[in-house]
Amino acid sequence: MNNTYSAFDIIGPAMIGPSSSHTAGAVRLGLLARGICGGGTAFYPNILIELHGSFAATGEGHATDRGLVAGLLGLPPDDERVKDALKLAQANGISIEFRKVDLGANAHPNTARITYLFPDGERLSVTGASIGGGSVVVREIDGFETELNGELDAVVFWHMDRPGFLARVTGLLACIEVNIAAIQTTRRMRNSEALTIIKIDAPLPPDCMSVLRKIPFVRRLLAVPRLP
Amino acid sequence: MNAYTTAAEMLALCAREKISISELALRREVEMTGLSREEIFAKMKTYFQTMRASIRRGLEIRTPSPSGLSGGDAAKVLDYAKGGNSLLGEDLTRLVAYSCAVLETNAQFGRIVATPTAGSSGIVPACLVLLEETRGLDEDRLTQALFTASGVGIIIAGNAFLAGAQGGCQAEVGSASCIAAAAVVEALSGTPEQACAAGTFALINTLGLVCDPIGGFVEVPCVSRNGMFAVHSWLAATLALAGADPRVSLDDAVFAMRDIGRRMPRELRETSLGGLAICPGACKARIKS
Repeated sequence: MNNTYSAFDIIGPAMIGPSSSHTAGAVRLGLLARGICGGGTAFYPNILIELHGSFAATGEGHATDRGLVAGLLGLPPDDERVKDALKLAQANGISIEFRKVDLGANAHPNTARITYLFPDGERLSVTGASIGGGSVVVREIDGFETELNGELDAVVFWHMDRPGFLARVTGLLACIEVNIAAIQTTRRMRNSEALTIIKIDAPLPPDCMSVLRKIPFVRRLLAVPRLP
Repeated sequence: MNAYTTAAEMLALCAREKISISELALRREVEMTGLSREEIFAKMKTYFQTMRASIRRGLEIRTPSPSGLSGGDAAKVLDYAKGGNSLLGEDLTRLVAYSCAVLETNAQFGRIVATPTAGSSGIVPACLVLLEETRGLDEDRLTQALFTASGVGIIIAGNAFLAGAQGGCQAEVGSASCIAAAAVVEALSGTPEQACAAGTFALINTLGLVCDPIGGFVEVPCVSRNGMFAVHSWLAATLALAGADPRVSLDDAVFAMRDIGRRMPRELRETSLGGLAICPGACKARIKS
């Protein structure tokens, strides 16, 4: 077994209270969801946040709601404005609905499912857990199982499951000397929709996204920055 | 390679390289991240400064938190410490005040450093700032001590847990006490073995602590508990520096913490469904707030 915890998983983050898992972790989960959904809240003003387990039970006292929204707005965990996040969202015309749900016994007690409701009826959902000390992990994107923790930069591909897809992607990344730390591909079923997450050691050079987008069978592509 | 998953492996690496836990933790971080030693050290130093600021802010709080469940006790304890006749002596009474102060800051949406969590964020800062004031240790030395704390902390994170929702308060305040005790020992030039012994003393005597805060707020019992367990860390460091032997290893202590956490009912793991959270007085406090 490999221990990949950083010194700053133990000491840190610097954060606005009151809870590392329920406030700072919530902010970081919000930030990660913001990254997965392409950066802004401006174009997607309708967001549903479902809280499970301890997030549902004690979230209010721990400002979990404000934390998640602060992250969705792009605020870092030690920003003094975290406590005013709900008002900030409202002032920016973003409508956020909270619901308490039971996501089953297998879900981590501090789990939230954040669903972006696009104007055209499309949805994008990100399910993640705050696993302690401010560390987070996204377990599911659009129903695809994932293991994204924001410790590294990542590139997320929504694509079709076809032979040679990964070879093309990794080949391109090799050409520009991008080192891959981990790859995870999950698919709905053979030959159907798939999601691939590639964790990399440094941010992608900005110009290579357009090249990666040209790879056949890529439906959607996003660079998700590492968390602060 | 400076990778390790257990305390036994960590101690073997320290012995092989003839280095402290803090040095090992720093080298490991350099290897893991590719960042320079200086960058990593500088980041940790700003964390130490934020910790000190969170203590100062908390000592000035005289008004209740939004929930009404905390506020003003750290200042009272500091006044009592300065009064010259405190039961525990001035230094240790200050230690209590400092640790409570961070939690009061936390409860009022102030900036703190999670060490390892917000609910246990008073203990490490209080111990280090007391060392700064009473032993004249400088910022670099205390920053180093934070690497001792992280070096021990990753063992707990990797083999048990740090979240109250997973393991109860033993995972939060227990872990904080453990890493603070180890940090104090190394800051005072104790050996890596003594640092682990201190961590072990702290951890085996926090086993079973549940997480049942009133109303779900990180205040009762968290504020006073941080104050009291800062002293617990100090005692654990005292035992280790004196050469006392905990008779079980730090790895065993972590194993036990995980075992107990797994058996702990969910009502006592940060759900506000048991213990103090449901006592009659707590229900009254909630209605009032």
